[in-house]
Parts: sequence; structure tokens; C-alpha cells
Amino acid sequence: MTRTIKALALLLLLAPLTAVAGLLVFACEPEWSALAEEIGGDRIEASSATHALQDPHYVEARPSLISQVRKADLVICSGAQLEIGWLPMLLSKANNPRILPGRDGFLEASSMVRRLDVPDSVDRAQGDMHPQGNPHIQMNPHNIALVAQALGKRLAELDPDNAAHYQARTADFLRRWNVAITRWEEQARGLAGSRVVCHHKSWVYLEDWLGLREVATLEPVPGIPPTAAHLSALLAELGADGKGADMIIRSPFQNPKPSEWLQERTGIPAVMLPLTVGGSDRALDLFSLFDDIIARMLSARSRSQP
Amino acid sequence: MNTRWFYLPLAWALSGCPLTMAQDGQNPELDLLREEIRSMRVEYEARIAELEARLDAAEQAAAAEPSAQGARAVAEEPMSAYEGPVMMSPQTVSMARDSSFNPAIGVTFQGQAWSFENDPEDYMIPGFPLGGEAGPAPQGLSLAETEISMSANVDDKFTAMLTAPIAVEDGEVKIELEEAWIETVGLPASLAVRMGRFFSAIGYQNSRHFHAWDFADQPLVYQAFLANQYLDDGLQMRWLAPTDFYLEFSGELLRGDRYPAGGAANSGFGAQSLSARTGGDIGFSHSWLLGLSWLGADADERPSGSEDDPLLFTGGTDMLVASFVWKWAPYGNSRQQNFIFQSEYLRRKEDGEYSLSGATPGSWDMDQSGWYAQAVYQPFPRWRFGARFDQLSGDTPDSRWLDTPLYPLGSDPRRYSLMVDWSNSEFSRLRLQYNYDSAGEDADNQFGLQYIFSIGAHGAHTF
Repeated sequence: MTRTIKALALLLLLAPLTAVAGLLVFACEPEWSALAEEIGGDRIEASSATHALQDPHYVEARPSLISQVRKADLVICSGAQLEIGWLPMLLSKANNPRILPGRDGFLEASSMVRRLDVPDSVDRAQGDMHPQGNPHIQMNPHNIALVAQALGKRLAELDPDNAAHYQARTADFLRRWNVAITRWEEQARGLAGSRVVCHHKSWVYLEDWLGLREVATLEPVPGIPPTAAHLSALLAELGADGKGADMIIRSPFQNPKPSEWLQERTGIPAVMLPLTVGGSDRALDLFSLFDDIIARMLSARSRSQP
Repeated sequence: MNTRWFYLPLAWALSGCPLTMAQDGQNPELDLLREEIRSMRVEYEARIAELEARLDAAEQAAAAEPSAQGARAVAEEPMSAYEGPVMMSPQTVSMARDSSFNPAIGVTFQGQAWSFENDPEDYMIPGFPLGGEAGPAPQGLSLAETEISMSANVDDKFTAMLTAPIAVEDGEVKIELEEAWIETVGLPASLAVRMGRFFSAIGYQNSRHFHAWDFADQPLVYQAFLANQYLDDGLQMRWLAPTDFYLEFSGELLRGDRYPAGGAANSGFGAQSLSARTGGDIGFSHSWLLGLSWLGADADERPSGSEDDPLLFTGGTDMLVASFVWKWAPYGNSRQQNFIFQSEYLRRKEDGEYSLSGATPGSWDMDQSGWYAQAVYQPFPRWRFGARFDQLSGDTPDSRWLDTPLYPLGSDPRRYSLMVDWSNSEFSRLRLQYNYDSAGEDADNQFGLQYIFSIGAHGAHTF
């Protein structure tokens, strides 16, 4: 026992005192690290646990992530159980009291917005269910505005010396964001009523925002990869004349084969949409993310049958 | 940086009004109340009907012009720009019920079918007498442990976990206590303390639950040196270093009641361990973990070998464990495709006395080692293919141990394994495994089928 205590005491003495330049923000997804950078500017340092080509449902609780959470002043995640397979492990291994759920250093973005697809009952026979609703809330820019306000407030609370800075940047971001929303809604007017087939139910907030109609998903039930039987049934349902739907949507980390297979046989254009910042060459920040999504959808819509 | 503690709980509870039951006509006041309620209901029903009609009209108007919201002018206040999402607390309405504090409960179902050429009841590795429950599964169809787990936060400073496997042994149903621990939450200085019964943090494979193993059985060296997994009662302390890369140290003080310790020697402070782990990423697709552990275990008449006529060891064991794990997944999407390489080297020095029934104890001072390397590849979703190699080696004891289970064969015990498994989801897995096991006196071809299913809460897995 004395050996253990001696070893630990020695290590504690050797531990360097880390000087932190600003608030360290650990985001679970790139959209929240991008938002933190918009609002925090040079007073924060943000990193994201996942990148745009990675499915945030399935991430390993890697050692590197544990050491990042250990130092974080704020953890911001989509929540609603999107990260249930790995975030609880990171939080319990990181030994960081500041960022535990319920404390100031933990922000769950999905609790700031009206969640869609909240199931009445949950059963795993229906696939990977999210009892608290669909977690992919970032696909409606109005939700991003709500999270921006909450994040601005939270940063100001965590770092009161720079409160004015965060408030000013939040106001500035929201001003620019609302101008952009008006522009996107103007551009996307023609998309309203479009019938879409989605790989996974990642797009319900986009559908809600733009008035799209989801007619089918490539996954037989959420979280179970598309099967040949399910795709054949979809083909029969949608028909070969290209009139069964207006487009087939997938995100960059989803296997392109099922949507391309269906495109070939039905003539319905398949389109890859970035689900977050970095998901395409042009989606470099939150603004260009939605610019690109709308441009890609308009281009797909122009190829679809009337 | 000044942290303000002004967090207010967002949820509030609605408690139902207790309803007093009274019989009809007994109380004129009650009748009056009933009449009032009846008239209120009529009034509200009329209002609701009116609201529904207005809602229908609004929906029809919206359908006529789906992009209406796009044309809506953006006001200076962002909140008013869009009326869809409204601020909503995570638990807007929650009924105050006792069950809301129930722990997360999960059950893992595990079953198997094995075919051995040699009788698994007689399985032994000469020179490496097995302790505890180590050894092959029963011949034919059998249930492996059915594991019940419960976990929840105790309060704001502690969390608790219970794992209780139900096993059938010789026709008898036994509930065991595998894990029962309390852990601190949010201790300062990056410390965490766990107390109770738990799997020791030594090595990599040691603390992994049965359902998370990549093969149906433990590596030979884990069977021989740790009786499958070292589990004991005690205290664990972990510290995460404030470095940019992952660096964790842990120390344990344990009762010493289980193999490789035994008999709760040293007045019930029979074992200690120290571990260091580090790890990181290489690009988006590769990550690794490296660990080094030391275990010191005292034994007081620790049994091993045959259950009816065990060998008893009294003395000390010093063990070193070096582990390396490397995982690859293209862009970190392990669901599509991934590869895991895992290898561990264990070395032990046992110093003490072994006694066999009816014989005088003989002194024993021996160095033994063992290692395994395994690779599991998932080329496409659901299917995984794996291969593993096991080996043990050690000093040859003097001739007084000839014809005892402590005397090894001329060659090092080895085993070769192949595995394929299929997982419909994270909660279901079917596995087929083949072992060529030449660790015993006669080489054995072993075929196994295994299923693992879990229902209910299923905690996140470690790396």
C-alpha cells in the first residue's frame, strides 16, 4: 500500500501546472465546435470529438478523447442519446467535475429546441430508438440560433471577465445568421413539398424547416443497415419511372451503394448532403454548410422528374 | 476563472391531487361541486371544438402555400423569426413516481455449444495448474452466465454498479456477485476512487466483461495466471495526468481472496497492484493503447488444479503485465469496417511452498511467462473474423515435482484459435470458434458456437 501512495504522491508533485489561455470547449460534433468558435472567437479553444465523415452514433471512447475531456471547461453535445455509446464512458473516465451533466460545463444542444420524432413508446425491435426524440437538430438553422443564444450565455457565465465579448459576438452572429436564414428560405422556396427518401432519419429537422416530405428510409429500421429485401421492396414501391420521389438523400459517412443502386433503377436522383461542417468541400463553416445543402438539393431537384 | 453555482433544476414535478372518494348523495356540497365541474366541462369542450376548427383552417392555408414561412420577414429579435422550435426543458412534465429513480437495468443472455475430443472435465495444462473457474466450457449445449447488471448515481458524489451473473453449475442455479462497487464522481485533482468488488485494472483483457470478449474463451495465459480474470474486493484509485496525451495511473489494494492471491493473506490485505496506461490517435483512422501493470499477490493455501484434490500454494506472486492494443477504422467509422490487434505479455514469479495432499510441502521458486496475440477484422458491417495465438512457457522445476500437475510437458503449451461472429445490432451476436489446443497432454480440436444477447440498459464500452 505504501508503494502505491508513494508512487501517486510523486506523480502529483511532478504534475505540471497547466496554464490555460482561454476556455477549452470540447464539442461532440463539428457543428458545435464551429458555433463555439463563432461565439467565443479568440477567447476559447474548441475541438470536436468527431469529424464530418464520421457517424456520431458509433465512436470509440478513445484514450485521446478522454484526455481532451479531462481538460475541458465546457462540453457541448447534440445529446438526446446520440452519443450514448461513448460519451458516458468519456465523462466517467475523464475525472473532470466541471463538465458533468447538470453542471455549468455541460450543454446539451437538443434540450434547447423543440425535438421532433419523440416516440410514444420505445422498443428495440424498432431499431436504434432515441426516447428523447431525433437528435440531429442542427439541420434546422433556427435551432442553431437557439443553441447559439444558450451557448453565448453559458460562455459568459463560465468566463465572466469576457462576458461582454461573448454577448457582442452572439448578437453579431445572430444578426448575420438571420440574414442568411432569410436568404436560404428564399432560395429553397421551390423545394417545399419535395418527396425525399433518406438513408437514415438524419434529416427530419431539414424536412420540417423546408417543408419536405419523407416518403421512405433506406434503413429498414433506424440503425440497421439497408438490406437487399428492403431495397427491393422500396424499388417496387417507388417504381422505375422516377416519379416515386424527388431525391434520395444520404450523409457523407453512409455507404453510397444503396442510394446509388436505387437511383440507377428508379431514376430518382441520389444526393449526398453534408450533415455538418466539413461534410463537403464547400461546407467550411456553418454558413457555407447550409449554402451547400441548399445548392445540392436544388441541383438534385432540377434533375428529378416533374 | 470563476464558476458560478447558480444552476437551477429545470424539471418540476406535477403531483396528482389526492381524490377523496365519497358516496353519492351523502354530501350536498359535493353534488354542487359535481354540477360545477359538469358545466365547466361543457364549456371547455365547446372551446376546444372551436380551437380545432381554427387549427384545421390554418393547416389548410399552410398546405396551400408550403413555403410561407420562408417569406416571413426576419425581425431584429431572432426568437421571433421562427415560431417552430420553442424553448423546452428536457423534462417539462414529470410525474413524481418512485420508479423514476430506478437504476439502469440490463440483462445479458449467453449460451454455447462445444464439441471437444478430450473430456473437458479432465482438462489441465501440465506445469500450469488452473485456479478458480478457468478451463474449457462444458461439452455439448450449455448456458453460460446470464448476467444482470444495474447501475445508477447514488447522489451528486457517488455512482454505483452491480453485476450479478446467474450460473448453472452441476444442475444448481447460483447467483454470484461479480461486481458491486461504488465510485466517486467529480473528485478534484482528476482523481477517482472505486470501492467494493471489481475486476482489477491490471492488463487490458482483465476488466472486460464476458460479453465484450472477442473470443468465446480467455487467452491461455489469462486462464493459467489469473484464473480467467482477477476479481477481488478492495479499493482502487485512478489518476489522470494533466497531459495533452492520455496518461492514467491506477493503484489498488485488495483483499486477496481470489486466484492468484488466496486465503485473504496479510490479515485481508493480500494483494496490491499498480498500472500505467497511455494511448493516442494516429490520424483519423488509427488509435492505440499501451499499458503496464504490476500485481503483487500473497496466497495462504490457495487452491488450484483438481477441485477434489487441490494443490495448495502459500507464498507470494509478483506479476508483470504488458498490453498493447491497436485499432483501425477508416475515418473512425468502426461500424462499417474495422481491425483490432491486441496482444499481452504476462510474467510471474511465484515464491513459496506448494503442498499436495498427503505429502510434505515443498518449496517453489519459479518464473513463468505467457503471451497471446489476436487480430479481429470486420470487412463489412455485421461480420467479424478473428485469429488468436496463445503460448505459455516457464522454468522446469526439480525432479521432486515429477508426476505432479506442476511438472510441465517437454514443449511449451500452445493454442491456435479462429473465430467468426455476426452481429445484427450492438445487442446481438452469434459466434463460431475453433481452437487447436495443444496445451494438454493430448492435442484437442475444439469447436464452439456461442450467442450473446442483451436487453435493457447497456452501458457504453471502454476502448
